[in-house]
Amino acid sequence: MLDCTPKEIIKRSGGMINPAKTCQPIGAMYAALGIHNCLPHSHGSQGCCAYHRSHLTRHFREPVMATSSSFTEGASVFGGGGNLKTAIKNVFSIYNPDVMAVHTTCLSETIGDDLPSIIKGAEVPEGKLVIHASTPSYQGSHITGFSNMVKGMVTYLAKATRDEKKEQVNIIPGFVNPGDMREIKRLGGELGVRSIIFPDTSGVLDSPMIGKFNMFPAGGAKVEDIRDSGNSKLTIALGYYASSDSAHLLERNCQVPAITLKTPIGIKATDDFLMTLRSKFVQEIPNQLEEERGQLVDVITDNHHHFYGKKVALFGDPDILTGLTEFILSLGMQPVHVLTGTPAGTLTGSGIFEKEIKEMLAAAGHEGRVKAAGDLFELHQWIKNEPVDLLMGNTYGKYIARAEDLPFVRVGFPILDRGVHSYLPIVGYRGAMRLVEMISDTLLDRQDRDAADEDLELVM
Amino acid sequence: MINVSTAVPNDNLIVERQSSILVKGGQRKNQLKCDAESIAGCVSQRACVYCGARVVLNPVTDAIHLVHGPMGCASYTWDIRGSLSSGSELYRNSFCTDLKENDIIFGGEKKLARAIDELVEKYESELVFVYSTCVVGVIGDDLEAVCKTAAHKHGIQVLPVQSSGFIGNKSAGYRAACDALLRLIEPPGGARPINSRRPVKSVNYLGDFNLAGEAWIIKDYLKRIGVEVNVVFTGDSNYRDLKKAPEASLNIMQCAGSMAYIARRMEELYSIPSLQISFLGLEDTAASLCKIADFFGEPEMMRRAEELIKEETIAVQPEMGRYHEKLAGKKAAIYVGGGFKAISLIKQFRELGIDVVMVGTQTGREVEYQTLHDISDDGTVILDDANPSELERFMTEKGAHLLVGGVKERPLAYKLGVAFIDHNHDRKHPLSGYVGAVNFAREVYSTVCSPVWKYARETGGGLYAVENSELPER
Repeated sequence: MLDCTPKEIIKRSGGMINPAKTCQPIGAMYAALGIHNCLPHSHGSQGCCAYHRSHLTRHFREPVMATSSSFTEGASVFGGGGNLKTAIKNVFSIYNPDVMAVHTTCLSETIGDDLPSIIKGAEVPEGKLVIHASTPSYQGSHITGFSNMVKGMVTYLAKATRDEKKEQVNIIPGFVNPGDMREIKRLGGELGVRSIIFPDTSGVLDSPMIGKFNMFPAGGAKVEDIRDSGNSKLTIALGYYASSDSAHLLERNCQVPAITLKTPIGIKATDDFLMTLRSKFVQEIPNQLEEERGQLVDVITDNHHHFYGKKVALFGDPDILTGLTEFILSLGMQPVHVLTGTPAGTLTGSGIFEKEIKEMLAAAGHEGRVKAAGDLFELHQWIKNEPVDLLMGNTYGKYIARAEDLPFVRVGFPILDRGVHSYLPIVGYRGAMRLVEMISDTLLDRQDRDAADEDLELVM
Repeated sequence: MINVSTAVPNDNLIVERQSSILVKGGQRKNQLKCDAESIAGCVSQRACVYCGARVVLNPVTDAIHLVHGPMGCASYTWDIRGSLSSGSELYRNSFCTDLKENDIIFGGEKKLARAIDELVEKYESELVFVYSTCVVGVIGDDLEAVCKTAAHKHGIQVLPVQSSGFIGNKSAGYRAACDALLRLIEPPGGARPINSRRPVKSVNYLGDFNLAGEAWIIKDYLKRIGVEVNVVFTGDSNYRDLKKAPEASLNIMQCAGSMAYIARRMEELYSIPSLQISFLGLEDTAASLCKIADFFGEPEMMRRAEELIKEETIAVQPEMGRYHEKLAGKKAAIYVGGGFKAISLIKQFRELGIDVVMVGTQTGREVEYQTLHDISDDGTVILDDANPSELERFMTEKGAHLLVGGVKERPLAYKLGVAFIDHNHDRKHPLSGYVGAVNFAREVYSTVCSPVWKYARETGGGLYAVENSELPER
């Protein structure tokens, strides 16, 4: 029996069982892949790099290139400076990226390698860049690591080079799939706003088949664009946890005003995103987007009777969950359990995740369990104590779904057991329409499966 | 050392890497550099000590596998092994002390002790493995002491696994795992040769992790020839069965990379001899069954082995023949973890009429590279600890139709328009024995002859053929 989780909830203090998060460096590696011609570099043991590459490969089903400092016992005693310098030399002479994005690991953080001075002392070829982010695995989660690497991009690259700001917006999309980044870019394009999206893994981790292997695929945010982000009129950070720190850093360094919005999942969050762009840049929302919104509202209307009153358990990354909770509520469903593994008080903020979700639930007249820094063992116990009609989250939810015989919609990171998802968005109106389809199909497939012969309906 | 620069043109190759690559033919003998540390700044496909230890021990089904460190190491290894259980599913959970900054500063021993207490209370397991990670190795938590105290307190076995990532490569992790297993199987009162072995012919089957149920297939074959499997290391094993390991009369070993050390130690400690066998492919499976029967020296057993071989071979021949027809003349590239698997795969491809044009491993040993060199055709590229650029280059140069590898190699092959088969954790069917040989052939056929390549290769995925296509003739 796969179900090893007892129903009775006892307070624990000895670590995690079945995590709902992973460590910082993988987030940093993912963010770095969103720079054009960039090679991520893991400053630690070889295993970290191998695990992150494998995990990202399983999720995206794309080659994931990254190098490692390949720490040995010697490096761990005497410091990893020598390994990093050798690595910098090798990376540029062999792979020749434009940027090498170094992130640390728990090992190199604990032995206290001073990356800025190691990088300063290394031979970096003319015109090439080495950026870095400090990403100790014992703080935060993969979302923190993503945020820290984006901060590294701002610190090293963004420059304000003129007095007057340009009519352009920076959009920091957060830890979402390339399909989502592509959609966010498209929305900006439909509005006719010049936007700089960074990091941007579209065209890198959803690259097309071209009959050959490109170490550096065509996509990714260009270095000159990230530089130019210092001249933009506005930065929109999508997602508090993955994006707002870097937006505020850009505000401090280059005086680009920052706004933090929810990851645009669902009607309201997408409205907020587009209306923010409208209010700062354009007069009107183009017909195309009006039409998409209308279609979304139409399909929700057509299907709302399937959703009403259904109880849902949600888990995953905090920014995704905030948007998703709002959207689930708008469908008439009840998110009764919402859990993230990422600690709520990241480096800047306090427990904004729990507060925000609880407020949404309260506004809809619901109560629910909400927790940051939780694990799936706990979520499973919650579900045993208060059953739900639907589970939404990453691949690891399949154990709970099976144990409790729940309909299960895969959303978030990582999804290791299904393909295609990373190419298609869940953000924007079209992404929301996709979510509606995923949720209603899942619920109705279950209804069909469980129906007795005499109850099986053709028209639903 | 051979002058490899004449054997392999060195453009785009890292100078330090040249001695790790050679082309068969002309050289007197194999002098490939292997078992060396990776070069910093390379895209290596290798992993770490912890990874090696975890893959060996994780299939022990009823153990609490507790990772002492930050969350990452536990999350990346959560149920990715693909090893199946006939009993407990406890090993498929992810347990971690989830060390935080304060633990790094003040030490993680207390948290570890609490974690063990809480888990033991919940799961009533008789065995806990506590894996050390990089950061634990640096801050110097005394795993040994914490485990000893916990074992005493709960009256169960709590074994530390010294697997800090930086203390070596994956092979060092195999050894760390084997050390933990050796402690586990040690009888009360210390290790000594067992005088009264059980009357049945019983073997320990080392180095099968029961991926997709492979160990079960082999167990059945052995039963049919009159051999009982005492315990498998470590596929579908459990605490009680592992404890019986010293009672076996023979160790047979599939994955030598991970198990050669423990086999040697068991011979020293318990006088159990060991045989290297391989159940990959028809040829090796048949040879291995005969080898085992030969060891026991019983004519009846040999007769039954021969009967089994005949029966099973006849059963699979028609299907194997069909695949041979379709696949003969195709070219394969191999990049796997250990050397012994690579050797078996070369033979297995020959059975299908497929030529191996490139073969490499992450952690193959010198003796295995010697064999690889001996059995390879002239012109075959042999390489150790390859990086993706090298794999790309030699697959393209040699016109490979298929790559055998692990998770990180799959999309690389696909991008090149090369078919792929997973011979690692992500395999979906058993690849051992006769049924495995057919599964293997079917999977090779289904990927090599998939209609998708029509779109992927001829036009490189686009509407028009890629100009100056770099794709080799296929």
